[in-house]
Amino acid sequence: MSRIKQRFESLRQQGRKALVSYVVMGDPAKDVTLPVMHALVASGTDIIELGIPFSDPNAEGPVIQKAHERALAHGSSLRDALAQVKQFRETDSDTPVLLMGYTNPIERMGYDSFIEKAVDAGVDAVLTVDLPPEEAEEFSEHLKQANMENIFLLAPTSSPSRQKKVTDMAGGFIYYVSLKGVTGAGNLDVNSVNENVTSIRSLTDLPVCVGFGIKDGASARAVADLSDGVVVGSVLVNQIAALAEQGETNPAIYAAAVSVIIAEIREALDK
Amino acid sequence: MSSNPSSNNKAVDYSQVPDARGHFGPYGGRFVSETLIYALDELEALYRKLKDDPEFQAQFDYDLAQYVGRPSPLYFAERWTKETGGAQLYLKREDLNHTGAHKINNTIGQALLAKHTGKKRIIAETGAGQHGVATATVAARLGLECHVFMGEEDIHRQSLNVYRMKLLGAEVIPVTSGSKTLKDAMNEAMRDWVTNVDNTFYIIGTCAGPHPYPELVRDFQSVIGREARRQSLAQVGKLPDALVACVGGGSNAIGLFHPFLEDESVAMYGVEAGGYGLETGKHAAPLNDGIPGVLHGNRTYLMEDENGQIIETHSISAGLDYPGVGPEHSWLKDIGRVNYVAINDDEAMAAFRNLTKVEGIMPALESSHAVAYAEKLAREMDPDQMIIVNLSGRGDKDILTVAEIDGITV
Repeated sequence: MSRIKQRFESLRQQGRKALVSYVVMGDPAKDVTLPVMHALVASGTDIIELGIPFSDPNAEGPVIQKAHERALAHGSSLRDALAQVKQFRETDSDTPVLLMGYTNPIERMGYDSFIEKAVDAGVDAVLTVDLPPEEAEEFSEHLKQANMENIFLLAPTSSPSRQKKVTDMAGGFIYYVSLKGVTGAGNLDVNSVNENVTSIRSLTDLPVCVGFGIKDGASARAVADLSDGVVVGSVLVNQIAALAEQGETNPAIYAAAVSVIIAEIREALDK
Repeated sequence: MSSNPSSNNKAVDYSQVPDARGHFGPYGGRFVSETLIYALDELEALYRKLKDDPEFQAQFDYDLAQYVGRPSPLYFAERWTKETGGAQLYLKREDLNHTGAHKINNTIGQALLAKHTGKKRIIAETGAGQHGVATATVAARLGLECHVFMGEEDIHRQSLNVYRMKLLGAEVIPVTSGSKTLKDAMNEAMRDWVTNVDNTFYIIGTCAGPHPYPELVRDFQSVIGREARRQSLAQVGKLPDALVACVGGGSNAIGLFHPFLEDESVAMYGVEAGGYGLETGKHAAPLNDGIPGVLHGNRTYLMEDENGQIIETHSISAGLDYPGVGPEHSWLKDIGRVNYVAINDDEAMAAFRNLTKVEGIMPALESSHAVAYAEKLAREMDPDQMIIVNLSGRGDKDILTVAEIDGITV
């Protein structure tokens, strides 16, 4: 059984919701990412979603765009993300790690080469924001052969037939984007989330996690009640940005700061 | 003259591209986040319905004739031909269109589509500002709200067009991310579209982006080539021997080339921005010096580094300063139907000055790249041969850039 399946299975048995935490590789420095990953786990994260820096992250709002820019400023890349996961695995063999990014850096490395390195590093799943099912056939086949999960997004604009097409190809869990917009955007419509998550669940046995627009314990709790888990990103990246702007260089400070946020959300989810 | 590359692709059926999913060979497609799929499906369905609708076509033709001022002349540049020596040089005068460039052909078409969707808000990206002006123009005419995303760097380079857009009632939104040029403006427009997809129509200015944009922009711009073909037969009594057009995203080039693709005797040259020179790496010539990748919703040739990051491009001309290119051009390059060459900043500047002096026609710096290459090509050809150069836009917008190079404050 894959790490992701195991994780959702044990959460289900405990009656808990999944907390997926997103940070960008190398934001704001390469040596910050590993301590932050461990701190996310220690404070209550179930699945780590590591962003691959890209020059043109056009699904991201301003907060995460700037994280990509900070990471690229010192040359963080897909290679570094893979190396980081490998290092993370030296002391954590249980927590699922999902790489999230855009198609071009992966294509540049080459599907074969990427998969080989990702398997070696201990990556469990990949989410390519700009690779919808129609264009993902070849990549999906590669992932399947390597027993890696292909995570897909569904959006409020996805029609029922579209939901079917995406869930048919998806693995791991379904990442439901709670709103029309970029990451970090405005207001969550709980009714719309409920309606769509219910529809998606009628099509697949995969867990459904909800992301975009989750800012704190309260908003996490609200959508977790309707789904199998939540994804938080911008709220963590915002905190990292604030420290980076102060010129903070001590990785332990970053680790401590993200822990506070995750602990609060974890507590709200477990209540 | 270079050998005609079309002779070895007789089997290609150009009417069959793109395929149903927007692929031109391995290029094109639809590489976008899930939220936009619905809007693209909707746009594609609408376009399929209206493409062959006589009423829609009649409205498009009417607007092009009465509002844009088409057909644009095919002008024999007699003095330029004489001074250059070699083949006869004809200019397809897209600079004489309303708003001064070919961009309006496409915005007229897309605005008609927008009207059918009932969406009241238009967004666009712009580099040189010509597409922004053309979009603001059609939005004003139809009474639609218009927001134009423009890189901060380009706002500085093209201040006249920025002011034109404002006068036309559009809001110009400065883009400060990344390299602050056209590619970043396109990212920002896509972000806006994802957020406001219910009430917003995105008018993309070039033959790139996710399917169906490359196809519909090509179709709207193909009026250039259809006219040029007809005019050439009527005025000269034959087809041209060569076509030359500048290529940034490549909409004016695809518009001129497409109706001639099956004419095997017609050679085609797409001219990319060589910037400081291909050997310096500081240019905007992905077809000459890039590799295939995925950006802005399509697979195409790109300028990128070894990690797949898109790199900053350089061209004296804001409209060509783009790291990608329309996917159909990538395909036409691979199958050898079109030759893609590059012209440096200096060569384009010299051509700008020369054409202005010998013909009294001031080309846009983008079009100056085509003018410069046509001069080289003409000298290798015989005087009884004929070249059509797409003069895609007028150079008035570039006067400040040229003055700055001359050290003059206007």
